[in-house]
Amino acid sequence: MAKRIDVKDVDIYYGKFQAVRGVNLTIEPRSVTAFIGPSGCGKSTVLRTLNRMHEVVPGARVSGDVLLDGEDIYGSSVDPVNVRRTIGMVFQRPNPFPTMSIYDNVVAGLKLQGTRMRKHELDDAVERSLVSANLWHEVRSRLKKPGSGLSGGQQQRLCIARAIAVQPQVLLMDEPCSALDPISTLAIEDLIQQLKATYTIVIVTHNMQQAARVSDRTAFFNLAGVSQPGELVEMDDTEKIFSNPSDKRTEDYISGRFG
Amino acid sequence: MRDAPMTTYAPTLAKSLSTGRGVRLRKAKSGLAAVLVTGSFAVALVPLVWLLWTVISKGLHAVTRDGWFTASQRNKTYTDPGGGALHAIIGTAEQVALCSAISVPIALLVAIYLVEYGRGALARVTTFMVDILTGIPSIVAALFIYAVFIGTLGQSKAGWLVSLALVLLMIPVIVRTAEEMLRLVPNELREASYALGVPKWRTVLRVVLPTALAGIVTGVILGIARVAGETAPLLVLGTYTPNRNSDLFHGPQGTLPSFINDQTVNASSHGTYQLGADGKPHLVHNFAVDRLWGAALTLIVIVMLLNLIGRLVGRFQKISD
Repeated sequence: MAKRIDVKDVDIYYGKFQAVRGVNLTIEPRSVTAFIGPSGCGKSTVLRTLNRMHEVVPGARVSGDVLLDGEDIYGSSVDPVNVRRTIGMVFQRPNPFPTMSIYDNVVAGLKLQGTRMRKHELDDAVERSLVSANLWHEVRSRLKKPGSGLSGGQQQRLCIARAIAVQPQVLLMDEPCSALDPISTLAIEDLIQQLKATYTIVIVTHNMQQAARVSDRTAFFNLAGVSQPGELVEMDDTEKIFSNPSDKRTEDYISGRFG
Repeated sequence: MRDAPMTTYAPTLAKSLSTGRGVRLRKAKSGLAAVLVTGSFAVALVPLVWLLWTVISKGLHAVTRDGWFTASQRNKTYTDPGGGALHAIIGTAEQVALCSAISVPIALLVAIYLVEYGRGALARVTTFMVDILTGIPSIVAALFIYAVFIGTLGQSKAGWLVSLALVLLMIPVIVRTAEEMLRLVPNELREASYALGVPKWRTVLRVVLPTALAGIVTGVILGIARVAGETAPLLVLGTYTPNRNSDLFHGPQGTLPSFINDQTVNASSHGTYQLGADGKPHLVHNFAVDRLWGAALTLIVIVMLLNLIGRLVGRFQKISD
């Protein structure tokens, strides 16, 4: 299921403004990769280029290659809609569809993609996804209730269930816990550990402890200088980044000397 | 050392919390503002309540009489009692329905274009055109339809031409509200949908529109309320008849506003008079006046019912959230 992503010489622009420059990195399948760095350094921007979500912003463009198991997702014949079906995403703020029940939220991707499915297939998908998202036991008795009635942590797990219901290869998470309390954060972190057996996971986080807890590899981003674009400073095994980083700037950041 | 400033500041602080000229002045200003705001609200309420009271007190017994909702004014003179408003209700309902059937889809598509797709010059021009359309007086819209359909194309006056003029008045109202409602839908929901691999058109249709539905329905109802009581197009493009005519495309057709107009114009000269003891005629009863207030009340009730339905749809939507 899981696929590997290679990012080669990627520059990202919003109109004339260059947000990120010269990013080269590799994301291994069935692992958790964390993007850390100060605000505005472009880590979320890089994340959004991995499934072409940045294109939703008018004027955004990318140069360089992003390869999914060797296939360029920016190839001229590639449909961004298909890229996003393969590479799912979970956002900072839980965003279940307010007009839909819990059940409909989970199958929203399947239904809205236009896949024709029988009732029992949908039922199976709902149960499978909610079980994977550790939410099944909390909501099984109220699947027809609106998704917006759940707590923030439950809503975020509902969003994860919704993302994995379409069976993506890769799951991108953009600060998935920053709007949640510590208990819900723990629940999501446990979930990430389980999900990495099946999916390739990339998580952007402001919380360095979280990166250290959940990820196998960590990439540190920083601004190249005042009013300069963001860049990848270094990427290594999480243990090495947090114990013995090779770059001075990384060490300054994780030791709290700036940022 | 560090405590010293604290002890000197503390008494000053306590004093300024309770008394002080500034505080009293501010309280006075606040009180004055409260009186002004509440007073303005009361003043604004006066004409509304007065209008409702006038229409209800003068129109209620015409509306509650037998046959108001089942009979027309066929073969009734202005001095006859009774008769109903059915012919007018049918006309208004049909003309507004045709108008809505044309306006709602066009206006929704324009609003969707402006919010979801519109970029650059075309979007700006469209917004500008909608603004202009909003400001067009209804008589001008009516004259335009008259010039094109009756003047140039040689059609004759009929209900459907009234509907066409109303379309010009209804579209900008619905575009404006629908646009606002669509802009209120959080971008996060669109992004959530895109991230699931849902194409844009399906995102608009299945995520954005349902989320904004309650507001859009309210907009449509506001649009209907706006055109249901419109008079200029009726005077220019329609002809009144006291008889039932449910054919939008042929012949004269009564509507509530033109019914009101007809009764008003003829009321003063058709009252029932009796010679009093002083040898002068006294007005005993004027049935046309009854009917015109009755028709006004009917129009208000229809618009209020539509508003109520809109509210209910909105509430229903919220509950299912």
